[in-house]
Amino acid sequence: MRDICKSFHGIHANRDINLHVKSGEILGLLGENGAGKTTLMNILYGLYQPDSGQIKINGSPIRISNPVESITHGIGMVHQHFMLIQNHSVLENIALGYKDTPFFFPKVKLRKRVEEFSKQFDFKMDLDQRVWQLSAGEQQRIEIIKALLNGADLLILDEPTSVLTPVEIKELISILRQMKAEGHMIIFISHKLDEIMDICDRVTVLQKGQIVGHADTADTDKKALARMMVGRDVVFNIDKEKLTPGKRILSVQDIHVTGDKGMPAVKGISFELFENEIFGIAGVAGNGQRELAEAITGIRKINSGSVWMNGKDITNKSPRHIYDNGVSHVPEERIRFGIAPGLFLYDNAILKQHHLKKFSKRYFLKYSQVKNHTKTIISDFKVATHSINNQIRNLSGGNIQKLILGREISEQPRLLVASHPTYGLDVGATQFLREHLLELRKQGSSVLLFSEDLEEIFALCDRVAVIFAGEFMGILNSDDKRLSDIGLMMAGSKESVSI
Amino acid sequence: MIKITTSDRYNITPLRSLMTNVFSLAAGLLVVSMIFLVAGVNPFYAISEIFLGSFGSFYGLKETLTKAIPLILIGAGLTLAFRAKFWNIGAEGQLLMGAIFSTWTGLTFGESLPPYLIVPLMFLSGFIGGALWGIIPAILKIKYSINEVISTLMLNYICADFLTMLIVGPWKGNTRFGFPGTNNLPESAILGVIPGSRIHYSTLILAIICAIILCVVVYKTRFGYETRVVGENPDAGKYAGINFLKTSLIIMAISGGLAGFAGVGEIAGIHHYLGYPASISSGYGFTAIIVAWLAKLNPLYAIISGIFFAGILVGGDAIQISLGLPAATVEIVNGTLLIFLIMGDYFLNNTLNIRFSTK
Amino acid sequence: MEEIIISTLQRTMIAGTPLLLATTGEIICERSGILNLGVEGVMAVGAVVAFIVTLTTGQPWLGVLAAMVAGMTISIIHAFASITLQANQVVSGLALTMLGLGLSGMLGKSYVGKPLTIKMNDFAIPYLSDIPYIGKILFFQSPFFYLAIFLALAAWFLLERTRLGIQIRATGENPKATETQGVNVFLIRYLSVLIGGGFSALAGAHLSISYSKSWIEGMTAGRGWIAIALTIFALWNPGRAIWAAFLFGGIFVVQYLMQPLGISPNFLSMLPYIATLLILLLISLKDPKKLNAPAMLAAPYNRGER
Repeated sequence: MRDICKSFHGIHANRDINLHVKSGEILGLLGENGAGKTTLMNILYGLYQPDSGQIKINGSPIRISNPVESITHGIGMVHQHFMLIQNHSVLENIALGYKDTPFFFPKVKLRKRVEEFSKQFDFKMDLDQRVWQLSAGEQQRIEIIKALLNGADLLILDEPTSVLTPVEIKELISILRQMKAEGHMIIFISHKLDEIMDICDRVTVLQKGQIVGHADTADTDKKALARMMVGRDVVFNIDKEKLTPGKRILSVQDIHVTGDKGMPAVKGISFELFENEIFGIAGVAGNGQRELAEAITGIRKINSGSVWMNGKDITNKSPRHIYDNGVSHVPEERIRFGIAPGLFLYDNAILKQHHLKKFSKRYFLKYSQVKNHTKTIISDFKVATHSINNQIRNLSGGNIQKLILGREISEQPRLLVASHPTYGLDVGATQFLREHLLELRKQGSSVLLFSEDLEEIFALCDRVAVIFAGEFMGILNSDDKRLSDIGLMMAGSKESVSI
Repeated sequence: MIKITTSDRYNITPLRSLMTNVFSLAAGLLVVSMIFLVAGVNPFYAISEIFLGSFGSFYGLKETLTKAIPLILIGAGLTLAFRAKFWNIGAEGQLLMGAIFSTWTGLTFGESLPPYLIVPLMFLSGFIGGALWGIIPAILKIKYSINEVISTLMLNYICADFLTMLIVGPWKGNTRFGFPGTNNLPESAILGVIPGSRIHYSTLILAIICAIILCVVVYKTRFGYETRVVGENPDAGKYAGINFLKTSLIIMAISGGLAGFAGVGEIAGIHHYLGYPASISSGYGFTAIIVAWLAKLNPLYAIISGIFFAGILVGGDAIQISLGLPAATVEIVNGTLLIFLIMGDYFLNNTLNIRFSTK
Repeated sequence: MEEIIISTLQRTMIAGTPLLLATTGEIICERSGILNLGVEGVMAVGAVVAFIVTLTTGQPWLGVLAAMVAGMTISIIHAFASITLQANQVVSGLALTMLGLGLSGMLGKSYVGKPLTIKMNDFAIPYLSDIPYIGKILFFQSPFFYLAIFLALAAWFLLERTRLGIQIRATGENPKATETQGVNVFLIRYLSVLIGGGFSALAGAHLSISYSKSWIEGMTAGRGWIAIALTIFALWNPGRAIWAAFLFGGIFVVQYLMQPLGISPNFLSMLPYIATLLILLLISLKDPKKLNAPAMLAAPYNRGER
């Protein structure tokens, strides 16, 4: 791939990307979330079109305008979120993706082929089981079979181990090694340094849409890669005043929470929060942060364990009850949970607060109050809109976020749970927001900050926990020397950690 | 090569919204007239007959207002239900339930109570009847995931049959021209009309008041707010702590209840007895759906929208007589206008980008 | 007594035929993810077109063909609105019903009451129709009956045993995943809606040229709506639809039987609708997993990026 560029709505997802793969080689594509890895591979697979640049196979340039063409060219992709029909059987899913599926009796005719194929790689699969009954590892194998059946020479795997158990990971690795031995090319996208070092021959590192480095894995080590990925030697910046933590506000005890797909997402997390502190939870998205935040704020069920707020048990209570106890939430999925898209700004400004006496009197909403409140939020948080009578979906993502933040912060909560609050915001807004978080801390509240941005974590937090695969890798104070290993901990390495 | 793509439109102003509606209606009428042309009817004559018949004479106006009453009531109620994305197709049945309940009240107590007691009582019982019939599908949906389109529809048929069962059985009264029905309502239970017309003004006033109140509810109360949030984004509703079950039940109770009012009006104001379902409601429940849609789900606009569609119904009757077209012709107009309204919505929410490229 | 049973069953088969045709079509449509509430209207259009063409040309099969074409044509409106414009499918379908009922009323106005002299004769399948009892019921029927069963079985075959079927079903379950496999979701959905429309029109044709051999306004009598309910009842399976359709046909016919017993005819005519609700209730209680509906039914699919 040469000079590939791709933008969405003016934001560069990929810029000037050059990379190449040889047969019999596994190339790792490393970077944080949002670095542009998936976008790049989607271009290769034909789901997106590059704004500029070319793709060449064996030296000759080709155009890939849709997945069918890429399949014809021998490119196969295993997506991070499986493209499978949950209700259908394994065989039917393979039939859907296979380019030469016969028209009549596809299942009968394909069965033999698939079974022969599976034997090659020693896959043991019940072809008639429904996909939703299978484990993540098994589902992934279906995706791999589909790609291979279509004659893929190049196989792209996007964060393949993010949903696998350690045993399944081992199995996947041996499959990949076998494919490599047979001459296939593999591009392995991951943010996990261990795997990259283990599996890949070469590594290309992406950051914020651009390539920041290449390396042969034989010649480098995890520290060097982590530095490239994150962009700096981790330095801890204290430009906030030191405050003594006050009373205990929140106590989370050994909670277990299930994720959307039925697998455990939070596996026994415990911690405490105090007044006057910002507690950061660092980690790449998808390691349980969302579920943890949702569990604390009442949107998701806690299977076992408990959560206490100011001495009161708020485990599995309703979101409103928890809110009334002083917990505000800026959700990770802003559009899905945070706003009602078609409603106006001022309607959204009181989404969680509309039941408060301040805004409602008996059955009526005091709209003059609401509108004033909205105006205050807009000016304080510099939400760019020409009027409050605008539908909120017309605002840019960043401005929507500012409104949500303003809404949640303005009620002076005891605890603010903020999930990736500055994701997608410009520099000014980010700065402004962080100042507000610090202000909140100074006024005696506590902030639980989920973030992937290490700079932010270091700038704001008094204590940091690193979450990986639903567990805390460690809880560190701001003056702990092990902080420089934080990149490693985020990527799953458990070494040099003791809680 | 011409490349047409669409993108989201960001600045939807009320004016643009209104103009889109007007254009949609105009385009719809254009197509309708073309259909008439194909069927051998002079389109201009047909369209003008429809409008003259309904708005062009005193008689027409009176009839239009009469038919507008149930449309406004039901239409306003539907704007509430549709805002919560609860597709209430059962307004027909809810109307009939209201008719049934109020007839019972009228026949049972009408003799012994003065008008100023019996009339409110009838309206109240009609509301309860319609509300009950509206709550059933709500419960079925929330507790048993039964699609409300089917359940409300089935309840329509069930209620119609139930009604017929009553009037040929236990409630059988005088027969009129061979058609069964209950006895007439007692004097005090009959609603007054504007002299020289069939406009039962009490219901008309009630309809307008309800539309206004509902408008206030939707836009100014907490409940209305919660309804709007739930319809926009149920997940956000959960996040905001809104109670689904309670909200849905209230919404359907109101929507059904208003349809019940309409039923009361038809019985106590026009027919004065309970007869065959088809004689009470000629598809008001369905026409009201378009009324609500045209009103852009704003209960207040349902008043204008209701009058407009009442005009189309009346005009449809007029053509039926003068051109010998079947009554269902009006359905063509309804259907076409609705389709164009939907298409108009699309152009309202998206802008068209037409690019000429030389690739 | 015997005669009564046989004739009842015969009439059950006749009553169930249009239901089966329409339900089969709607099943295909809904499995691709599109909800089409316009069945009643399309059925009416099919009925009137079949009648007019048959009367004018004297060829019943031409009438059937014309009906199918008409049904598919008018269904394009709903397809365009739901698929390309991603409009609200409930409202769009209702509009189609209104339009269909209105058009059929208007077109059929001058044909009301005219008898159809060319008949579509029932025919007997040789040998099989001589089987005592069953022979007369199942094998001496209108061609539509055989057509309906054939199409239902063919639909089942299409959905379960062909590649196209897998694609259609996948589109209804997860259009996004299906698109990444190189399937044109829009095309599949358009196809499914049109097939559904064609079948509904066939159901209407049966009503006007085989069942009653005449045309009057409103002759569809809510059968389209029942077909929509039957789609759920049949759990979106054309094979089950056969049982479902004839079961309901039976409920309709049974009304007339029970009348002499003193049961109120109005109560009896409620039965199909009450039965629908009860069965939906039972299914929901037994398997709360959303009644097995295609996962993305009635959800508009936007092909957009990000």
